[in-house]
Amino acid sequence: MYVAVKGGEKAIAGAHALLAKARRGDRALPELSLEQIAEQLGLAVDRVMTEGSLYDRRAAALAIKQARGDLIEAIFLLRAYRTTRPRFGNSLPLDTAEMRTERRISATFKDLPGGQVLGPTFDYTHRLLDFGLAEAEPAQGADSPALPVEGSESQDGPEAMPRVVDLLDHDGLIEREAPADEESVGDLTREPLAFPAERDLRLQNLARGDEGFLLGLAYSTQRGYGRTHPFAGEIRFGTVSVELVPEELGFAIEIGEIAVTECQMVNQFKGSAKEPPQFTRGYGLTFGHCERKAMAMALVDRSLRCRELGEPVEAPCQDEEFVLSHSDNVQATGFVEHLKLPHYVDFQSELELVRKMRASHERNRADSSD
Amino acid sequence: MNETAPIRRTSALPESGDLHSDGVGATASDATAADGAYNFAFLDEQTKRMIRRALLKAVAIPGYQVPFASREMPMPYGWGTGGVQVTAAIIGPEDILKVIDQGADDTTNAVSIRQFFVRTTGVETTTETGDATIIQTRHRVPEQPLQEDQILVYQVPIPEPLRFLEPRETETRTMHALRDYGLMHVKLYEDIAKHGHIATTYAYPVLVNGHYVMDPSPTPKFDNPKMHEMAALQLFGAGREKRIYAIPPHTKVKSLDFEDHPFEVQRWSSCCALCGATDSFLDEIVTDDRGGRMFVCSDTHYCETRRAAGHVGLAAAQGAEP
Repeated sequence: MYVAVKGGEKAIAGAHALLAKARRGDRALPELSLEQIAEQLGLAVDRVMTEGSLYDRRAAALAIKQARGDLIEAIFLLRAYRTTRPRFGNSLPLDTAEMRTERRISATFKDLPGGQVLGPTFDYTHRLLDFGLAEAEPAQGADSPALPVEGSESQDGPEAMPRVVDLLDHDGLIEREAPADEESVGDLTREPLAFPAERDLRLQNLARGDEGFLLGLAYSTQRGYGRTHPFAGEIRFGTVSVELVPEELGFAIEIGEIAVTECQMVNQFKGSAKEPPQFTRGYGLTFGHCERKAMAMALVDRSLRCRELGEPVEAPCQDEEFVLSHSDNVQATGFVEHLKLPHYVDFQSELELVRKMRASHERNRADSSD
Repeated sequence: MNETAPIRRTSALPESGDLHSDGVGATASDATAADGAYNFAFLDEQTKRMIRRALLKAVAIPGYQVPFASREMPMPYGWGTGGVQVTAAIIGPEDILKVIDQGADDTTNAVSIRQFFVRTTGVETTTETGDATIIQTRHRVPEQPLQEDQILVYQVPIPEPLRFLEPRETETRTMHALRDYGLMHVKLYEDIAKHGHIATTYAYPVLVNGHYVMDPSPTPKFDNPKMHEMAALQLFGAGREKRIYAIPPHTKVKSLDFEDHPFEVQRWSSCCALCGATDSFLDEIVTDDRGGRMFVCSDTHYCETRRAAGHVGLAAAQGAEP
């Protein structure tokens, strides 16, 4: 009989127990450690840190473990944890020209100061399942020799690696990036997003945005929905130092290093009444190594600059409200999945309405057949 | 709103939640009630102050959607994060909390939100509508009239009543500012032209204090008249959409209608099968796969109170107790 909603409390406790059991899986197998996740599923950790907007490898690894590898769930966990963290202040802007790069490529120049450095990339691998990997290799002690890696920077010492856009900037061929007033950089986790949004908030929104959503939007611009004629001016990945000026000191101190991926897209621009023809920029930045995300972000950033550059808003990717309101996967998954919650009373109201409308439909039909 | 003014418990900083210390943080499993890992009611005091400011503004401009810096909460968006933040901002240690979903205290999400507040505040909870100082609700207004010392907190998915007529926030904010509600009236008129009546049964738009058209959240229109001149303060929180709005006590709330098509609420041909009530919102329960149905009160406390007072419905009389 009428049991549907009774016992919610017991049911929840039972569901939690089942979840814990499913998460652990077969207890005959060793449990994953956070170190293993951080080391061997590093790109998952990078994605969770980026979209969770919290640079903490250990917390991200824990989130991935707790979420059973569901990365959006892990991002959600990290976001909820981030909310509770106190704020010490704002860092100085990162100087990515000073990055200790592990990877740096440009699709616009064959060679350039600092050279092209492939670094750890899937790009030129053949996507053949490597059955050799299926067998676990024995763990090696810290003293065993590392894999030989040739051509890494250590051999001839780091060479200066100016950013490609700065080279173009030197020739006046690319738009000037006017540094915004540093005090006014917004934070959409502290102030609600209002439209129209400025570029600082748009970039923050995109940096936190879902990789898949941005990828699809970026792809759509390449297929004619708001074309931006992009070139991958530069993609670089490596570590940069984070500096902070504590109020009581009054000068900058380094508080740590973070790994970031930066993408600078260079886009054609025919010029306007005010501006000469020149290249324009799209920018992408992520924590860790999230190259696909950084590239998609840069394409979408450029598309969203249509208002500023006087381009007509015709495609979804150029529509600021559409893009920014739907990019956040924690918001999206919550609202889509809330349809699992009971809607008895609303459905009851609709049932009643449909019955009423059907009754009047029947009456009308009976009347007209008379 | 005497609960909101003083901050009666100051922050117990989440030191023990530090992931880099050995304990790997406060995870869901170590359930120390009102646990010290988080501040009272989860949110930090700065955030509560920000939400209280938004609430004060909302009370001062009834029905106006106040943007607020909604936080990421440990439950999903769309599952009551707005209501939870409002409750967290107004709750004090002496409050008595009731949480309902679909009118019931024991639906899973109501249980989950109640447990969250028990864990983070240690406050007393109740299912008695009359005993609660704060009632957080999703989709219903309790049947029992509320009093002046009570606060009703609604969870709101889409706060903008004009959203499905105009998707752009920039447009709808202008429309509200100009009281430009022609689009809404045209929609209701088209309903009448097409169906002979207004085909909106829940989230039925209301005009608050003669100015703002407001979404009452997806409560059935049955509950709209209860919002009018309600003695209790009504607060609405939309977390994902980052909006707070309010109806102060004893404020005019009018469901939109036309002179020749006045607003009316749902009616049932049956009464509650358990308590025999004829004045409550009834849920339809499917009892078998041969078309068997029974109707019972959606407000579980109302139904239980009536049964305790000796009222008996048809099913209960036949011995089919739940």
